[in-house]
Amino acid sequence: MIPLTPERIEERLRERFPGVAFHRQTGEAVRDHTLHLPAERLVEVCTFLRDDPELDFAMLSWIAGVDWLPRVPRFEVVYGLLSLSRRARLTLKVAVGEEQPRVPTVTGVWSTADFLERETYDFYGIEFAGHPNLTRILLPEGWVGWPLRKDSPLGYEEVAFTHNTPGRTKPDPGLKKLAPKKVRYRAQ
Amino acid sequence: MRSETLTLNIGPQHPATHGVLRVPVELAGETIVRAQPVVGYLHTGMEKQAEYKTYTQSIPQTDRMDYLAPLSNNLAFCLAVEKLLDIQAPPRAVHARVMLTEMTRLASHLVWIGTHAMDVGAMSMFFYAFREREKILALYDHVCGARMTASYFRVGGLAMDLPADFLDRLSAFLDTMPGYLAQYEGLLTGNAIWLARTKGVALLSREQALALGVTGPTLRGSGVDWDLRRDMPYGGYEDYEFDVPVGTHGDAFDRYLVRLEEMRQAIRLCRQAIAKLREIGPGDYRLRDYKYVLPPKEQVRTSMEALIHHFKIVAHGFFPPRGECYLGIENPKGELGFYFVSDGSPKPWRMKVRSPSFTNLQALDPMVRGRLIADLITTIGTLDIVLGEVDR
Amino acid sequence: MNGHRDPVDDEALRILGAPPAPPRTSDLDLEVPEELRRSLFFARAETLIGWAVNQSRANSIWPLGSGLACCAIEMMCTLGPGFDISRLGAEVMRPSPRQSDLLIVAGRVSLRMAPVLRRLYDQMPDPKWAIAMGACASSGGIFNNYAILQGVDKILPVDVYVPGCPPRPESLIYGVIKLQEKILASGVELGPLVRKRRPKEGA
Repeated sequence: MIPLTPERIEERLRERFPGVAFHRQTGEAVRDHTLHLPAERLVEVCTFLRDDPELDFAMLSWIAGVDWLPRVPRFEVVYGLLSLSRRARLTLKVAVGEEQPRVPTVTGVWSTADFLERETYDFYGIEFAGHPNLTRILLPEGWVGWPLRKDSPLGYEEVAFTHNTPGRTKPDPGLKKLAPKKVRYRAQ
Repeated sequence: MRSETLTLNIGPQHPATHGVLRVPVELAGETIVRAQPVVGYLHTGMEKQAEYKTYTQSIPQTDRMDYLAPLSNNLAFCLAVEKLLDIQAPPRAVHARVMLTEMTRLASHLVWIGTHAMDVGAMSMFFYAFREREKILALYDHVCGARMTASYFRVGGLAMDLPADFLDRLSAFLDTMPGYLAQYEGLLTGNAIWLARTKGVALLSREQALALGVTGPTLRGSGVDWDLRRDMPYGGYEDYEFDVPVGTHGDAFDRYLVRLEEMRQAIRLCRQAIAKLREIGPGDYRLRDYKYVLPPKEQVRTSMEALIHHFKIVAHGFFPPRGECYLGIENPKGELGFYFVSDGSPKPWRMKVRSPSFTNLQALDPMVRGRLIADLITTIGTLDIVLGEVDR
Repeated sequence: MNGHRDPVDDEALRILGAPPAPPRTSDLDLEVPEELRRSLFFARAETLIGWAVNQSRANSIWPLGSGLACCAIEMMCTLGPGFDISRLGAEVMRPSPRQSDLLIVAGRVSLRMAPVLRRLYDQMPDPKWAIAMGACASSGGIFNNYAILQGVDKILPVDVYVPGCPPRPESLIYGVIKLQEKILASGVELGPLVRKRRPKEGA
């Protein structure tokens, strides 16, 4: 079986979508083949990747949001695709701005995107246009705020010790000492 | 005459939901019209917390994700960071990791079979499975001190070396295991009640499974021959021989057979790993690259550079290159993956967990449409979800 | 207790309301209204009835199966054949809170689960006890962030804290034994028993 190289994937994409500005991510330790693309063409490209018999990316593995504050555009939505028959992975990235964080949904292409996009919405506030049920999934329904954004706090609570809690003394002196329970241990 | 559906809430506290899963079920009479799960009752903010801790400090968090297979989570984390750093653990550590991960697979499937059978009604399976699991937990205790949440793997190898008599104890345990598996099969496989409850129940077709992103034994039970250990090998699995069981019908009974066979293959892999470890003999259990891995204690006490490396790694953490990577491994539940974005600092800029149970849970609704509530319980059991992993 | 107010606490308080005073009878420092006092029969632990009631309560505690996370698996191991908890009297783990005495909070309590846990505790009939099993239930454990309640004692009164992450089954059994000691030492309130009404002096 000829392995599917990342260069071949990019070649097929460029020949099928000549107008789309694909841009390969380079960097010191970018270990997977990552392609940036504009948000408007996302659904077409994903449909092609799924249906093309040579590429056959039948499964969407994961969707992640990344917050690059203070870079502009601020957010990125990362899609991890998996091709079982060709044993290949591909990473797609879509850049999203802060004012209007909206990306078209890929639930029409792979139905697994349902929960995955809801999770990204829950954490970052990125809206997925066309999603059947875009509501919070992991945090409580009435929660206000997008916790995984870099400007949301961790919510760390100061642990109370005797040295940093005013008015706190040793444990309550009124606590009774309990009589130990009478247990008979039988040797084996 | 007007008719409506009845919404029955199978709440977060329920003996058979394997944790805090809530399923508001819409019923038309006795048949289920819709059963969309509601999750988030165990959300722990692990991904946010990982941005405030160094890489090594996040390893204990990963134990608590899929708490039935903790060493498997540790392996995924360590391999993903090692891919980012482009380093490799020494051979002794690689084979020890494979051995312990397969033991974890065995332990996780034991809990699965115990709780699944208990939910379906065969209560004694729970006691049999936990009897065996106690032995595995005693082995974990021997190797690293903790029964369940081990945190034994580190980036670059193991935290401590294997104890001297561990391989003999593990061999002795593995020799007894096939007898127990035969006992479980004798109890369940030919059992008329088990067949009636699981054959033809929780059907998931091949196309549905691929579209829903389902992985692991649930996918293999539907006829898709995909196992990351064999098809996209990682962490030393290239040198091992094992078979991958695949089902045909995509029902609960096929998944039961697949997982039972996976337990046997896990025993086979463990035995191969023990043989390889015996062949290699004593050696390095951690990589000697002190930029990323702690130096051995004897050197820390005698050499100045080793002391500086130790101090730097413990006080600040190691400094990975700027970049990102994703690595998926075959957890007992499915594909568990970690996606790291690193900005060069000791704390990750983003850690994303690709959790198999979260994705597999989407298959619950299609699998139970048109069935009865008892089938819903069987379906939740056969999906083998762990809420710690779903909610992270 | 804490000097400063943390917004996470306020959120939990807004959702859940203030924690209740412990409902347990202890040594008779109770504010019991007069009419009720006439129809209740108080016993101290040293009397025969008090002793008998305490023994029966302590040796047949039925826990509620409210396992949340990893500690729940260790709780299941404690129920299993290796470390049998039914030899202490916790024979069956009841699925319904209406039929159980003991709430073992096993695992981390997220803010979404906290109202559910509080409602479960309220649905349990008196006398009831609660064990906070594990570090996460006692004090938040290794998770100190926006999503986890820092200790289940913020929403319900806990009798025994069992530390560990997760605690070994032996630790949980020790915790249950400590709870039994606590029950054996507590005062007993039985009622209402109808007693002959004496005419009130001075009306």
